[in-house]
Amino acid sequence: MKIKKIFPQILTLLFIFLIFGFFTMNAQENMETRGLDFGFGFLKEAASFDIQFSLIDYDGSHSYGRAYLVGLLNTLLVAVIGIILATFLGAVIGVARLSPNYLIKKTASFYIEFFRNIPLLLQIFFWYFAALRALPMPEDATLLLGSSFMTIKGFYTAAPIWKNFDVFFVTLIIAMILIFFFARYSKKKQEQEGKQLPVLIISLVIFIGLPSLTFLIGGVDLSFSFPEIRKMSQSSYTFDGGFKIPPELIALTLALTLYTATFIAENVRAGIQGIGKGQKEAAASIGLTPNQVLKLVVMPQALRIIIPPTTNQYLNLTKNSSLAAAIAYPDLVLVFAGTAMMQTGKAIEIVGITMATYLTISLGISLLMNWYNKRIAIQEK
Amino acid sequence: MTINHMNFFKPKHQKDRNISLIMGVLFFSIGILDFYLNNYFNTNITSFLPRFINFFTPLIFSVFGLHLMRIEFSGIKILDKLNKNINTSNFNAVLSTSIILLVIVALPPLLNWFIFDANIAGDTKEACTGGGACWVYIKVWFNRFMYGMYPNAEQWRINVTFIAVLLFMAVGFFVPSKLRNYLSFYYTILLPIISFILIYYIISGGSFGLVWVETGAWGGLSLTFMVSFFSLIFCFPLGMMLALGRRSNLPVVKYSSLSFIEFWRGVPLITVLFMSAVMFPMFLPEGTYIDKLIRVVVAITLFEAAYTAEVIRGGLQALPRGQYDAAKSLGMGYWKMHIFVILPQALKLVIPGIANTFLALIKDTPLIFVVGLLEVVGMLNLAKTNPKWLGFSMEGYVFAGIIFWIICYSMSKYSQKLELKYKTDR
Repeated sequence: MKIKKIFPQILTLLFIFLIFGFFTMNAQENMETRGLDFGFGFLKEAASFDIQFSLIDYDGSHSYGRAYLVGLLNTLLVAVIGIILATFLGAVIGVARLSPNYLIKKTASFYIEFFRNIPLLLQIFFWYFAALRALPMPEDATLLLGSSFMTIKGFYTAAPIWKNFDVFFVTLIIAMILIFFFARYSKKKQEQEGKQLPVLIISLVIFIGLPSLTFLIGGVDLSFSFPEIRKMSQSSYTFDGGFKIPPELIALTLALTLYTATFIAENVRAGIQGIGKGQKEAAASIGLTPNQVLKLVVMPQALRIIIPPTTNQYLNLTKNSSLAAAIAYPDLVLVFAGTAMMQTGKAIEIVGITMATYLTISLGISLLMNWYNKRIAIQEK
Repeated sequence: MTINHMNFFKPKHQKDRNISLIMGVLFFSIGILDFYLNNYFNTNITSFLPRFINFFTPLIFSVFGLHLMRIEFSGIKILDKLNKNINTSNFNAVLSTSIILLVIVALPPLLNWFIFDANIAGDTKEACTGGGACWVYIKVWFNRFMYGMYPNAEQWRINVTFIAVLLFMAVGFFVPSKLRNYLSFYYTILLPIISFILIYYIISGGSFGLVWVETGAWGGLSLTFMVSFFSLIFCFPLGMMLALGRRSNLPVVKYSSLSFIEFWRGVPLITVLFMSAVMFPMFLPEGTYIDKLIRVVVAITLFEAAYTAEVIRGGLQALPRGQYDAAKSLGMGYWKMHIFVILPQALKLVIPGIANTFLALIKDTPLIFVVGLLEVVGMLNLAKTNPKWLGFSMEGYVFAGIIFWIICYSMSKYSQKLELKYKTDR
């Protein structure tokens, strides 16, 4: 009996060791013959290549490590923007799919069936190479909302110029902490006394009021620098000042958002449909108003169904943002696994680091999710 | 859904209702007509109104019209149906009207671009004179989009192979019931071998008097099919083994399957392809060379197998414990229990999940451009840079989008049908 249990395990181990041993042996041999050495020392060397779009200070004199950081931040930027937009869009479409209005319902399901059956890469190419290329040149661009220009070279908009930004930022964080504690307090109060406080309104007041107070007493000041057109040469124009969003970022975010929103919408729909009719009827019969039914009975239960698959979609979006490499948006894959690898030739180290980074993000989020799932799971007696 | 906001006249008598209805229809038509004329004839029939509401007049008129039309139990079937479906409240009326107006804005230009102003006759760029799509471009490049760089004279070989493989795949429908039990063996082991041999000898060539065509020249939609076909066939058994491994009682087997699955699920496919392109050759003995296409298929297979494994695991978990206990009490061992009792039921449960994984696989195939293989999307990007045919990227992407959409949509509909067919009550 014991042999039956031990034998397959030993076989598995042996198999894994053989494969790994074979690969490392070959790798060593290959690297020796090619005169390469294994090591991460190259991360400190000067990268000597430029990156078009970066959130932190970077130029060719910075190290490969810094280039890695730039790529990682760019990836995270796309992921965060995409996640926020896709969540909003997905929630709206998901609810719309359940609308009693025939036109709304059909439009929503048309949207879902349309966008999720076309490969993401194709959508990215479409937005970048076909749709955004149809935009006007800087000199022909029209003014949008009094401050922005949408051109073939990107989206130019007003850039905020802060004075004493740190004071503002700290107040913002304090406001968030206050809201957190207030929400907990009001929940406790509701559970104990059944009294409901207007959480949303008070939170909004704190969130908007406290930071705006700093304008009056904290010495914080905000002004805007607007993009202005400037002639560079005979026929080429550019914008000075303001804030530029490169077209790669726009195309990528747009495609990721539209694509992922379809999946989130389906999750939202499944979540809301998953709540039994009895729950709503029971809630209504004890005298809750329709809004209260939605807020106190349906949503808490629906979220339990919606959140786990939606986190999966967030992860997918983050991983899919690596398609940025196809349109030359400088994300982790393009900067590090592309340019840096071409220059250093350290294939194993660089692909290893890139994969490890994505793996860390994924595993981190799934661990968080498992913890959250356990927390919100219904305690069955 | 009941109509909860009657119009504010609350007409009681038949006559009042009729007046309200006629007024409603009138206002609605004025709104729509105003919008239509605004957009396509540049005339504004409501220009006598103040400027700041002019922009919204179509919306206001139509919504007001819908409001007047909202009569409960009017006795007119069509009107009741309309009210019930798109006009239950003012808010819904606004939404419905917005959608109708949106269709009026978007549909005619789209149709013009697609059909009425499009050109399809001729075979040079100059044939495209209209303002619409230039389908000539697609027509001229059609062979490239389907077969990649495969020589024109040899393309029949791809067609023949595909038809042959399809015939071999269809064997399951014609097999006598006596041999039914061997079908899964046939599909998982024999079919891949047969198809590989067919592809190797016919598409690759090199023997039987056929010219050798290297895999670098393969491409287009046929390559999409080949890559997804093989990855699909191989990732299924592998995923099944991994799913069983993950639920095994043996710690070594369990944790090695678990880490394998989590590893592949944690990294983006593009890095996996990078790995197969630049890192993998370093892991092979000096001088061995594995074809690019095979490396790609292996990479995609390993990647998708991890996802398949998770889907199958879901099915295994969903089976009630009683099934396992019953099988064990009959004296079945591990393999017998799984093959004859557990897997047939679990696989039925996971059909939609598997179909979704396969859809994801097909949608992922364009990524193989990373290693320099050009399937449809890759070929589009190549054709787009051809100096003779600049400026037609839109047509190309729309064309590829339509192809992929048809494939994916029909697959997902088919899987929904299968799901219903195999649904067994428990």
